[in-house]
Amino acid sequence: MGNQFREFSRDVTIINELGLHARSAAGIAKIARNAKSNVWITKDRKKADAESIIDILTLVCAQGSKITVTVDNCSDIHILDNIVELIESGFGE
Amino acid sequence: MENIDDNREIILHGIGASPGVCIGHAYIVDTEGVDVVRKYHIDSACLKNEKNRFKSAAKKAKNELRAIIESTPEELRQHTNILETHMVLMKDKMLYGKIIEAIEKEQINAEWALKKVVANVQATFKNLDDSYFKERASDVGHVSDRIMRNLVGMDQVNIKDINKRVILIARDLSPAETSQIQLERIKGFVTDRGGMASHTSIIARTLEIPAVLGLDNATSIIKNDDLIIVDGAFGEVVVHPAEQTLEQYYNRKISYEKHKAVITQSGHFTAETSDGFHLKVMGNIELPEEVVTAVNYGSDGIGLYRTEFQYLSRPNFPGENELFDKYKDVVEIMAPKPVTIRTLDINGDKAVAYTSDAEEANPALGLRAIRYCLKKPDVFNTQLRAILRASAFGNVRVLFPMISTYDEIIEAKKILNKAADALYNEGINFNENIEIGIMIEVPAAAIMADVMAKEVDFFSIGTNDLIQYALAVDRGNKDVAHLYQPLDPAIIRMIKRVADAAKANGIKAFMCGEMAGDPINAPVLLGLGIDELSMNPQTIPIVKSMIRSLKIGDARLFVKDLLKQASAKEVIKLVQDRYGGILSEKVYKK
Repeated sequence: MGNQFREFSRDVTIINELGLHARSAAGIAKIARNAKSNVWITKDRKKADAESIIDILTLVCAQGSKITVTVDNCSDIHILDNIVELIESGFGE
Repeated sequence: MENIDDNREIILHGIGASPGVCIGHAYIVDTEGVDVVRKYHIDSACLKNEKNRFKSAAKKAKNELRAIIESTPEELRQHTNILETHMVLMKDKMLYGKIIEAIEKEQINAEWALKKVVANVQATFKNLDDSYFKERASDVGHVSDRIMRNLVGMDQVNIKDINKRVILIARDLSPAETSQIQLERIKGFVTDRGGMASHTSIIARTLEIPAVLGLDNATSIIKNDDLIIVDGAFGEVVVHPAEQTLEQYYNRKISYEKHKAVITQSGHFTAETSDGFHLKVMGNIELPEEVVTAVNYGSDGIGLYRTEFQYLSRPNFPGENELFDKYKDVVEIMAPKPVTIRTLDINGDKAVAYTSDAEEANPALGLRAIRYCLKKPDVFNTQLRAILRASAFGNVRVLFPMISTYDEIIEAKKILNKAADALYNEGINFNENIEIGIMIEVPAAAIMADVMAKEVDFFSIGTNDLIQYALAVDRGNKDVAHLYQPLDPAIIRMIKRVADAAKANGIKAFMCGEMAGDPINAPVLLGLGIDELSMNPQTIPIVKSMIRSLKIGDARLFVKDLLKQASAKEVIKLVQDRYGGILSEKVYKK
C-alpha cells in the first residue's frame, strides 16, 4: 500500500440529487476518453470503465454513493483530478 | 410478426387525453427501428470495409443529433441535454467498441452486430433494480435506431418538415420533439406511451387537438399514410375504417364541434341567477398558454394559477425574470380581470427531485407548499418578487397554499412585505395593495377561519385536499375511495363555516377544487355563500349555464335543509331530486 496507490485513486461521494444518471455519466466519460490509460470507477467492489456511460450506469450510483476513481497510469493524474472535481461540484446541477 | 390484412378495420383503445374527433392520414414520427435485420457472413478481405460502413453510419447519426441541437432555439436548449448525452453514448466503448469487435471477431455484417450488442446492453439495464437505470435501455434504443436507419439507408423523418395536415403517430414525444412541430399542421396525436399528465397531453388539451395516448402498440400497427380516426373523448383510434364507420365518426365529429361551439358561446354570458345574483366563474390554469383556453371558454378571471410547472423537470430553480415573464403574460392577457397566483405547492403529489433531501413516508402530511417555502426563504422570495412585479401589469392576487396555522400566515406575509420593501427601494413598480389570500385545504384552517380571516383579503377553498384530510381518505386507494364525497355533511358544514367567517369579516370566499367544477354542486355552493368558483376552463360554460337556471333565494333555503341531513347519501339524494332535473333538461340538453 502506501503513497503510490493513493496517488492513483481517490474516494469520492456522489452529492448531486440525481446520482450518476445519464448526463453526469456522459460528463465523466467525455473526460475519461482523453486518458492515455484506463480509468475506472469502483463501487461496492464492482468496477466500471469510466470511458463508458453504459458501464457507469450499470453501477447504479444514487446520491450518497461512495465510489473510487482510479487511473492505471500516473500520467493521467490530471484526468483523475478533473473527474473528481466534476463529481464534487455535483455536475453543476 | 403478425400479418395484418391491409384493409381490415382495427379499433385500438387508449387513454383519451384530449377530447375531439379527427379523421386523417397517419404520419409516423419514429418507428421501432428497422423490423427485419438480415444476418450474413463477411469475408476477411471485406471486414475493414464493413467496419467503415458502421463507423460512417454512426458518424452520420451523431451529426444528425448535432444538427437538431444546433437548430433548437436557445431558450429550449435545456430540452436538448438528453441529445448531447446520446451523442456521447454513440461512441461508447460498450456499444461502438463492442460492435466493431463483433464485426471483426464473428465476421458478421454491421446491422447484425449492432442488433446483437444492443440487445445485450439493453438486457443488462433491464436487470437493474433501480427504475431510473432500468429505463436507460430506451436511450440505448434511441441511439441504435438512429445508427440503424443510417446503415440501412432509411430516411430520417424530420418532424419539422411535415408539410401536410396529418395525425402524428409516435412511440412517445419528448418536449424537445414537440417544440419542433409546427402545431397548426397537426390534426391529432396518437402515442404508445404517456398518460393524462404527460407533456403531450397538456399541449394537446391546451391547443384543443384530439389525442389518444398510452396505446402500447400503435406505432407497430399503424403504417405511414394509413387512414385513421382519433376520438379523444373515448380514447379510441380506428385504423382502416370501413365506409359506415367513417360516416358514423364524421357525424360524431360534426355534433361534437357543434356542441362545443354552442357551449363555448354560452360561456361568454355572465353567470347571473334569475333573481339577479352574479356568481363569478373563473378558470384554473397551469401553463401560461392555457390562459387562451380560459378566455375562450368565458372565464371571469383566473381563480388558480398553479406555478409548479416551471419548477418541474429541470436541474435547478427558475430565476426571478423567467418566472416574472410567465406571470406577466397571463396577467396582461386577463387584465383587468383578476389572476390568482398560487405560490409554489411542491412535494405533495408533485415531487421535485432537486428539492427533496430525503424520501418522506407520508408526503401529503409532510414538508410541502407553504411549509417548504417558509423553510427555503430564498426560493420563496424569488417567486414573491416575480409575482409582485407582475402585479404592476394587471389585477394580481397572491395565494398561499396549505396554510394550517395562523403563524404561517404571519410569517408568509412578513416575507412578502420584505420582498415588497426591497422592490420599493430598487424603484421597481408593483401593486402595493395586492390582495393576499390563503388556501383553506387543511381542516385546522377551516376551524380557525374566523381568526385567519382578520389577516387576509380572501379565502380559497381547495376541496381536493380538504376532503382528503377531513375524511381521512386517500382517493387513490380503491378500498376507501367511496368515502371521498364532496357532498358529505361534514364537508358542507366545513365550507359553511369558512363562508360565514369570511362574510363576518368582510372578506371573500372562493372555491378552486374539483367540487367547484361539477355543475350539480353549483346550487349548494351558491346557497352556502361562495363568491367565486374556479375550475378547468372546459367546464366553465356548463357551470355558468347551471347558475343561470338557479335562484339564490331558493338555494339558500335549500342549504338549510341540506344541513339537517346525516349522511352523504341523503345529501346526494336531496340534491339530485331537487336539481338533477334542471341539470339534465336545461343544461345538458342544449
